[in-house]
Amino acid sequence: MSFPWAEPYQPKNGLTRWFDERLPLPRLVYGAIGGGYPVPRNLNYFWNFGVLAGLALTVQIVTGIILAMHYVPYGDAAFLSVERIMRDVPQGWLLRYAHANGASFFFMVTYIHIFRGLYYGSYKAPRELVWMLGLVILLLMMATAFMGYVLPWGQMSFWGAKVITGLFGAIPFVGEPVQQWLLGGFAPDQPTLNRFFSLHYLLPFVIAGVIVLHIWALHIPGSSNPTGVEVKSAQDTIPFHPFYTAKDGFGVGVFMLLFALLTFYAPNYLGHADNYIPANPLSTPAHIVPEWYFWPFYAILRAFTVDFILPAKLWGVIAMFAAILLLFFLPWIDRSPVRSGNYRPRFRQFFWILILDLLVLGYVGGQPAEEPFVMISQLATIYYFAHFLIILPILSAVERTLPLPNSISESVLHGEDKEAAPADLSGLRPAAAE
Amino acid sequence: MATVEHSDGMLATAPDGGVRRRDFINIAAVSAAGVGAAATLYPLINQMNPAADTLALASIEVDVSAIQPGQAIKTIFRKQPLFVRHLTPAEIQAANAVSTGELRDPQTLAERTQEGKAEWLVTMGVCTHLGCVPLGAAEGENKGAFGGYFCPCHGSHYDTAGRIRKGPAPKNLEVPAYKFASDTVITVGEVA
Amino acid sequence: MVRLIAFLVGLGFVVVAGWSLGNGVVAYATQPQEESVEHRFHLSPKHVDFSFNGPFGKYDRQQLQRGFQVFKEVCASCHSLSLVAFRNLEEIGYNEAEVKAISNQWQIEVPSVDPKTGEASTRKGTPADHFPSPYLNEVAARAANNNALPPDLSLITKARHDGPAYVYSLLTGYRNPPADLPADSRPGEGLHYNPYFANLNIAMPPPLTGDGQVTYADGTKPTQDQVAKDISAFLAWTAEPRLENRHRAGLAVVLFLLFATVLSYLAYQNVWHTAKRKVRHTGPLDPENMAKRDAANREAGVNL
Repeated sequence: MSFPWAEPYQPKNGLTRWFDERLPLPRLVYGAIGGGYPVPRNLNYFWNFGVLAGLALTVQIVTGIILAMHYVPYGDAAFLSVERIMRDVPQGWLLRYAHANGASFFFMVTYIHIFRGLYYGSYKAPRELVWMLGLVILLLMMATAFMGYVLPWGQMSFWGAKVITGLFGAIPFVGEPVQQWLLGGFAPDQPTLNRFFSLHYLLPFVIAGVIVLHIWALHIPGSSNPTGVEVKSAQDTIPFHPFYTAKDGFGVGVFMLLFALLTFYAPNYLGHADNYIPANPLSTPAHIVPEWYFWPFYAILRAFTVDFILPAKLWGVIAMFAAILLLFFLPWIDRSPVRSGNYRPRFRQFFWILILDLLVLGYVGGQPAEEPFVMISQLATIYYFAHFLIILPILSAVERTLPLPNSISESVLHGEDKEAAPADLSGLRPAAAE
Repeated sequence: MATVEHSDGMLATAPDGGVRRRDFINIAAVSAAGVGAAATLYPLINQMNPAADTLALASIEVDVSAIQPGQAIKTIFRKQPLFVRHLTPAEIQAANAVSTGELRDPQTLAERTQEGKAEWLVTMGVCTHLGCVPLGAAEGENKGAFGGYFCPCHGSHYDTAGRIRKGPAPKNLEVPAYKFASDTVITVGEVA
Repeated sequence: MVRLIAFLVGLGFVVVAGWSLGNGVVAYATQPQEESVEHRFHLSPKHVDFSFNGPFGKYDRQQLQRGFQVFKEVCASCHSLSLVAFRNLEEIGYNEAEVKAISNQWQIEVPSVDPKTGEASTRKGTPADHFPSPYLNEVAARAANNNALPPDLSLITKARHDGPAYVYSLLTGYRNPPADLPADSRPGEGLHYNPYFANLNIAMPPPLTGDGQVTYADGTKPTQDQVAKDISAFLAWTAEPRLENRHRAGLAVVLFLLFATVLSYLAYQNVWHTAKRKVRHTGPLDPENMAKRDAANREAGVNL
C-alpha cells in the first residue's frame, strides 16, 4: 500500500496464517478494504457511492443470473417468458422488478459518484486512470443496459433497438453495413435478440473486471477527499475498517431502503407502459423514449436539427458520443492545481449550472421532439459542450482559488461538526472570494 | 499511532471485562445485516422450485374406457411416461401366485392397485434402476421373462404387477397417487 | 495543447448546435404554432378510487369476480386474455370445483389435435389451460372487426398510462363528437369518438350499453359505472396478479430495513465516536494552526 503507516496484515489465528502463506487472499482483502487501507478521515457521504455502485452491480448480476434461468431469448416467447416469470415462477415478480429497478439504481448511484468526482476534482493527477477506467465502466454499463432493455421484446425494446442501432447507420459509407452487422438482419429480429442476450450476460462480468482495475488504480495514490489536499501524515488517515465499513454499512441501509420502496411500491414508475405491449414491427409507438438514464444523451442526439456541412443526424450521433468521450480528456482540460470545488468559487458556480443543465437535458430528453423542448435541448446542449470544452480550459487558467488548508486533519477540525454532512458548500470555507 | 488505537477501540472490552453497551450496538447491526442477507437468499433459492404453470400440470385425467384387457397405454404424467395396464384374469392370477417372501421389494398386487379395481395397474414407466423407459406397454414389445415389463438398458424384468423380479433395479415400478374419478376416468396426481 | 484543441472542438459543437437553435427560433417565431387536435381534445383518465391503489391496497375479491363476469359476458367474444390461465381464477376466490366448471364450460374451446385423425380440432378447457382466444389469428380477428384488432387484455392496464383508470374512463367516455372538432378528425365509418382514446376515434363500439347489462349474483347494482369499475379492477388483477404479495412483502422488507438502517447508523456513530475524540487532542486544533488559517483567509480577502 502506498502509505508507510498502513497497518501490515497480521493473521489472527492459525487457520488464516496457514491460508495466507499459501494464498495471500486475506492479506489482499485486508489491504484493500480492511484495516490495512488508510483512508482520509474527512470523507463525506458522497464517498459512499462507489461502494453503492458495486452493490448495485452485485444485485444486477445475482438477479440477472436467476432471470436467465427462466428467460427464453426466442421471438415472441421472450415476452411470454418474462410474463411467466412475473406470474408463475416463485417470487419471480420480485426478481424481475428488482432487476429492472436495480438498473435504474445502478445508474443513479453511478451518476452521483461521477458528479462527486467532477466536483471534488477526483479526475486530476495522479488519479487520471481511475477516472478513465470509471468512464469505461460507464460506457459498458450503457451498452449492457441498452441490450438488457431489448430482451423483454416489448414495443419499446424493439423500437429502442431499431432507433439506437439506426444511429450507427448515420456513419458515412459504412453505416448501413455496420447497422446490419449489429442487428444480424435488416431489422431487430431473432439474431438480434440472441446476441443481445449473450452480450448482456457477458458484459457485467467485464464491468466487474474493470472495477477491479478501477479500485487497483485508486489504491496506488489512495482515495481523494473533500479538501483535495493529499494525505500528508498518518494523522490525516483512518483505517478503512472499521470506520468506513461502518459508514458504508449505513449507506447500504439507506440505499436498500430506497430501492425497496421503488421495487415494492412503484416498480413500473421508471418504466414505460408501451413495453408491456409485445414487439410489433408494423406499429411504432407514438413516442419512443429510452430509459431515463439515457435522456440527457438522447436530448443531445436530437438537438441537432439542421444540416451544417454534415447531415444533422450525423452531428447528433457525433455530439452524443462526444459528450461522453470528452470526459476522458477532462484531466488535461482542467489544469487547475486545486482539486476540490470547495476552494474554487467560480468553478463551483459553473458546476451547479452544469448539474442544472444536465437535469434540463434529462427532462427534455424524455419529452416528445416538439417545440419548445427542442430549443431548450439545443440551449442545454450548447452549455454542456461550452462548460467542458470552453469554460473549463479558460477557467482553470484564470480562476483565483481560495487558500487550501495545510492538511486534511486541520480541515477536519475546522468543519468537525459537519463531518457527516453532504458536500458542504459554505461551511468549510466561505463561498465567493469577492 | 492514533489510528491503530482506534481500530482496537471498537473491539475493546470495558474495564470490568464485559461487553460494553457500545459494542452491543455494533454486534446488533452486524447481526441485522446477517439476517437481511439470509432472508434475501429465500427468494433466490425458492425461484428454482417448480413454477405455478408446471404445478398446474401435476395432475392429469386419463380416460381408460378404451383399454381392452391385456392392453396397456403409455401417457405422460409430470413429463414422465405413465403406464396404465388393463390386466387379464390370468395376469392377475399370475401376480397373486407369487409369494411376497421371494420378492426383492415385497408388495402384493392388491397393495399396488385400488380396492375393487385390481385389473387396473397404474405405474410410472420409469425403471427404478437408472430411469430408462421399460418395454412392454405397447403391442408386440418384449414383456420380459415375467410377462410384465422389461427394461432394455440393463435387463430388469418386471412381472404383471410391475414388481422387480430379475435384473439390477432395486424397487418395483412406482405407483403414483391416483384415484378413480369415475368408472372409466382416473385422476393421476391426486390421492384417492 | 489539449486545452486549445478542446477549445476549438467545443467552439465547433457550440456553433453547430447554435445554428440549429437559431433556425429553430426563427421557425418558431415566424411560423404559427398549430395545436394538434389530439392535444386539444384528448382527456387524461378520470380519477377513480380503486381498492388496490396505494401502498396497502388489496384487491376486492367480490369486485374481481364481478369483473370476471363482465369479461366473460361482454369482452370475451372479441378480446383474448392469453396470459391468464383458468387456474388463476382460484386467486380471486373461486374454488377448485368452480374453476374446473368454468374452464370446462367456457364459451370458446381450446385448440387441440383430434386424437384419431390428427387434424386440428378443439377440446374443452381444463384449469391448466390459458383463456383461449376468440380468433384463430390476427388476420381472422381483423377480418371480423372491420380491420381493427381487438388487443389482448391480459396486460392492458400496465400497457397504458394510469391503466385501470384509463380502462374505466374509456368505457364510460363514449360521447358525440364536439361541434368544433375539425372535419378531418371526425369519426369515420365504423369509428366512435372517445376523448380518452389516444387518437380520439376508436374502432370498438361502446361495449357498455347501459345499466343492467349484466346481472350480478352478489346483489350489486349493475349500473354502467359499476360495471366499468368492476371490469377495470379485474383487468388490473390480470395485469398484476402478484400485487398483494408485493405490497405485503414490501411492508415487511421496508420495516426491517428501517430497523436495520437505524441500527447501522448507531453503529456508525459508535465506531466513529472514538476517532473524533482522539483527533481533538492532536495538532490541527492547535491555536497556532488556527491563526495561520485565519491569516491566509484574510490575505485572500475572505470574510469568515
